[in-house]
Amino acid sequence: MSSVNTSSSTSSTREQSPAEPADAALPAEPTAPADTAPPAAETQPDQAVQPAGPTPDAAEPRRAGSKDDGTAPAAAEEDQLRSARSPRRSRVPGSAIAVGAIVPVLLLVLWWLVTDVLGLFTSVQLPAPQAVLSAGVDLAADGQLYQHIAISVQRVLLGFGIGAILGLALGALLGLSRIADRLLLPTVGALRAVPSLAWVPLLIMWMSIYEDSKVTLIAIGAFFPVFTSVHAALRHVDPQLVEAGRSFGFHGFRLFRTVQLPAVVPSVFSGLRLGLAQAWLFLVAAELIASSMGLGFLLTDSQDNGRTDRLLLAILLLAIAGKLTDALLGVLERRALTRWA
Amino acid sequence: MTSPATAEPVSTEPVSTTSRHSLTVDIHGMGRAFSGRTVLRDVDLSMSPGEVVAILGASGCGKSTLLRAVGGLDTGYSGKILIGGTPAQAYDERTAVGFQEPRLLPWRSVRKNIALGLPRSLPAAAGADRIDELLELVGLTERASLRPREISGGMAQRTALARALARRPGVLLLDEPFGALDALTRLKMQDLLLDVHAQTGTTVLLVTHDVDEALQLADRILLLGPDDAGPGATTARLLEVPGERPRDRASAELAALRGDLFSGLGVDSHTH
Repeated sequence: MSSVNTSSSTSSTREQSPAEPADAALPAEPTAPADTAPPAAETQPDQAVQPAGPTPDAAEPRRAGSKDDGTAPAAAEEDQLRSARSPRRSRVPGSAIAVGAIVPVLLLVLWWLVTDVLGLFTSVQLPAPQAVLSAGVDLAADGQLYQHIAISVQRVLLGFGIGAILGLALGALLGLSRIADRLLLPTVGALRAVPSLAWVPLLIMWMSIYEDSKVTLIAIGAFFPVFTSVHAALRHVDPQLVEAGRSFGFHGFRLFRTVQLPAVVPSVFSGLRLGLAQAWLFLVAAELIASSMGLGFLLTDSQDNGRTDRLLLAILLLAIAGKLTDALLGVLERRALTRWA
Repeated sequence: MTSPATAEPVSTEPVSTTSRHSLTVDIHGMGRAFSGRTVLRDVDLSMSPGEVVAILGASGCGKSTLLRAVGGLDTGYSGKILIGGTPAQAYDERTAVGFQEPRLLPWRSVRKNIALGLPRSLPAAAGADRIDELLELVGLTERASLRPREISGGMAQRTALARALARRPGVLLLDEPFGALDALTRLKMQDLLLDVHAQTGTTVLLVTHDVDEALQLADRILLLGPDDAGPGATTARLLEVPGERPRDRASAELAALRGDLFSGLGVDSHTH
């Protein structure tokens, strides 16, 4: 789903367009699917982890509906719009799963054909699917697999949690306060310009190579996408709406809660999902550089020992873990949209 | 009463949306400069309760600036502005503003957008009743659950009008509220505004660039324009519009006044 540019044009496009899809980029969404659609709706390809650009310029992208919403014909029309424009939020989990599974299943069959059936590759080049599976079973049997997964998930969750909270807080501060923006944005911008991996040697010198330096690196990776999208979204909340809110007596937290927060919820979640993807990226980076456990360690260790089956297993596990955590955020996003927006 | 702007008949009996207090507006020597550039100076206007005054003027002459100052959206002016005899406050709750754009929150239904205008002190049940009345008044009862993007521009402006009326303002401030609407919808909205005014009795200060709209709606017209005494715009004319509303849009008396106003706006009326 691309970020839709509606921030400044909504009022003008709305004027002359009675209930026609001028604002089709903002499909409504009745409440029901928010709670019933399982995370599996997330498995559609191409919806992986980039819901929007890193600096979404849409102050008010799509909205979730609320319980009092909609007449039947309008809802039907929007269903079409929604499936056309925003498949990730589609309400048809069954067929979505089926369609989304086509390519992975085909790839799996192809993989099996070229390895096990045709034998085009050696097991070091490309082991068969069942070899990868049995590698997983072996590793699971002595508890190693669980350990690798658990430590990696723990690092990501800790690092992402810290980075996201700091990103939300600082993004909100700079997005809402002109003074804080002028004071801090140049500094944050300069830090953002440093490629995050450049911190690695410094982090290792300061914190040694154990957990702290890894979690810190992941937090740095997660921080910037979250900060950037929250900051930009708050900066781009339609000032006319804010003024209208003020003119009706809203100020301070009530104004934020009524106008700004609902306007930025979609962008905030875009940022969180980007931040989460970054967190997994930096987890692997940290574990490749120095570790004795974790999925990144499993990658290097397998490479050193020529265990391509384990290597592929680690990659598959990273894909699954990344997708699951992203889907979890997707569920939270829908909750947040129904609640606030 | 004129035909309402809606399919369903607008209730003609007085509803409790009636302002208990339409307030006076007194503007004394009001001026406003933006970074050294004078936009308005020496504007004077006294409005009696329930009066409708239209502010006319060329684009950029400070019409909206004056309105925003009265509503407390802008406090950087000089001179004095009194609402009901006491100075206008920042975001004054005795006034309510209808903007040129509807400025509805896109994620809220029509009903919940109107609810934004309710005074915070009002109990929820009373608030719900008042919204029902307002929906009836502006003919949007059937559309109450729709989102702003699901309704037309005219309906959006009616929603914004209802939102502005929700707090029972002593003074209703309208900043070219129908400027972005098509001609037909605009005429219907003018009639609706007259209905609303007849029922609520609120004082109305209306900015418009449309001479006919001013003639149709206002008791008096304040024409802003430049003069030789200094920079910026000031009161060029303040004139009474004859006749009871609703007025015949084709009357000869109004036609003469129209020509007068056009020349005051620097437009050669013979070409019209």
